[in-house]
Amino acid sequence: MITFDAVTKRYPDGTVAVDALSLEAPTGEITVFVGPSGCGKTTSLRMINRMIDATEGRILLDGVPVQGIDPPTLRRGIGYVIQQAGLFPHRKIVDNIATVPYLLGWDRKKARSRAMELLERVGLDPAMGERYPFQLSGGQQQRVGVARALAADPPVLLMDEPFSAVDPIVRTSLQDELIRLQAELNKTIVFVTHDIDEAIKLGDRVAVLRVGGRLAQLADPKTLLSEPADDFVREFLGRDRGIRRLRFVSTEGMRLRTDLTVTEGSDDPADEPWRLVVTADDRPLGWVSRDRPGTLEPYGTFRPGHDSMRSALDAALLSPSGCAVAVDGEGRVVGVATREALDEALTEAADG
Amino acid sequence: MSWLTDFFGDPANWSGPDGIPARLLEHLEFSALALVLAMLVAVPLGLLIGHTGKGGLLVVVTANLARALPTLGLLVLFVLLLGTASILPVIIPLVLLAVPPILVNTFEGIRGVDPELRDAAYGMGLTGGQVLGRVLVPVALPLILLGLRLSAIQVVATTTVAAYTGLGGLGRFVIDGFATKDYAGVVGGSVLIVLFALVVQIVFMLVQRATVSPGVSQRLITPKKGRL
Repeated sequence: MITFDAVTKRYPDGTVAVDALSLEAPTGEITVFVGPSGCGKTTSLRMINRMIDATEGRILLDGVPVQGIDPPTLRRGIGYVIQQAGLFPHRKIVDNIATVPYLLGWDRKKARSRAMELLERVGLDPAMGERYPFQLSGGQQQRVGVARALAADPPVLLMDEPFSAVDPIVRTSLQDELIRLQAELNKTIVFVTHDIDEAIKLGDRVAVLRVGGRLAQLADPKTLLSEPADDFVREFLGRDRGIRRLRFVSTEGMRLRTDLTVTEGSDDPADEPWRLVVTADDRPLGWVSRDRPGTLEPYGTFRPGHDSMRSALDAALLSPSGCAVAVDGEGRVVGVATREALDEALTEAADG
Repeated sequence: MSWLTDFFGDPANWSGPDGIPARLLEHLEFSALALVLAMLVAVPLGLLIGHTGKGGLLVVVTANLARALPTLGLLVLFVLLLGTASILPVIIPLVLLAVPPILVNTFEGIRGVDPELRDAAYGMGLTGGQVLGRVLVPVALPLILLGLRLSAIQVVATTTVAAYTGLGGLGRFVIDGFATKDYAGVVGGSVLIVLFALVVQIVFMLVQRATVSPGVSQRLITPKKGRL
């Protein structure tokens, strides 16, 4: 656990970057610092590994004040990922990843084999180990940056806007990868971003900071969206926080109809405005309207219990039928969520 | 052309204290000694100033002052002061000439390293010295070597002028040649000086290839396992 105890950073010219910040980043969770530029989020992060020293207050790492630890020793025990990855251009990827193990005096062979293992773990081809950073794309470099931070298996990971310099598609895949990795590794992660959507997607807890380095709200994403502490937080969250909150509403137990599906080629007597045509092994093919038989219309799918209300609603809006197709993990149709069922679930979400 | 064959074909020019091998060795000795001394001063100073960020102004001022120094004037001055009993009157001006390019390029090379890289290096837990030695120097190496190469070229060229003071080196052929109207010596000596300078360039190219990481020079690397 990382504890901020009334931490203040004041520069000699009097500027206060962080103002009496007190919070906890619990072990095994992702705590996100989010806020506009000038809110002190990066400064707060960098005070944890003493890249910046706090002026007042204490930062504790599992109860031990970091100010008492010599910076290089402290930093070797904390993974650090920065925006442009900051890979060493003169070193091969495998040696970049093994940086901290080398510093800790690991045997070269052991350090390299650990690096190769991590390369695969972050979703890269082990053949890339022998390349140099300039031969990799930005997204690949960022994956290497994460692998490098994990190399000596530190319990704590600090990530300073790690995905903000890559394009949106790569960013999404890096975020998904981090969620997957974290499910396996259970690191204590402090993640800095200016992107509230990223904060809500990744954070177990989100700390919203305001300009001048004061904590505006610390809450789990769902609470943040439903109960913003004040106007600043509300405004920072943006207009569509109602829609975004649906990400945290489960589709578990949603009422599904199973009488609207017809197998391809069979004749269906039921008189419904829309029917879902499926293959013999229950894969969806498309919607057929009563008015235009023979034309397959687009469909959208979601996994009940696994995907959120937001996905279900999205699936429904993708189709002219207005219904969402519920599928299992293998993509087989298990039922259909009609507008009525969605409406019921939304009403419940709005109440709860 | 006959001057060349006269010069290089004369067996007398290939032996003795004023023969080609002896003059070549003297030229090499003066140049190498001056360059090594300059390096010992300028490289550590450039690294220190570039790494700590303190004293950058000193570098700029020194470099500009040194550029304004007339090397020939210095040579004459030191010869008058120290005589020609030792090679010091030659070496001192050569070192003064060689220091600024090395100092400036080393300093600029280290200072110019991407701050993100420096930040990452410290963030990984490298100590100040490790950041300098393991990250900044390898990344700045092309510029540091450029400084050394520029100095080497200047030193080699200026060592020629050193002959003017009565000391040795390849310049003797040219200076003495003019004095005695031995134009074969003038032309032959000039050719030797040009060849010498070319060899120095080639040596530096080889050193650069051998020491700069392909990841820094972004040279195409031959793939080891058949694919890249």
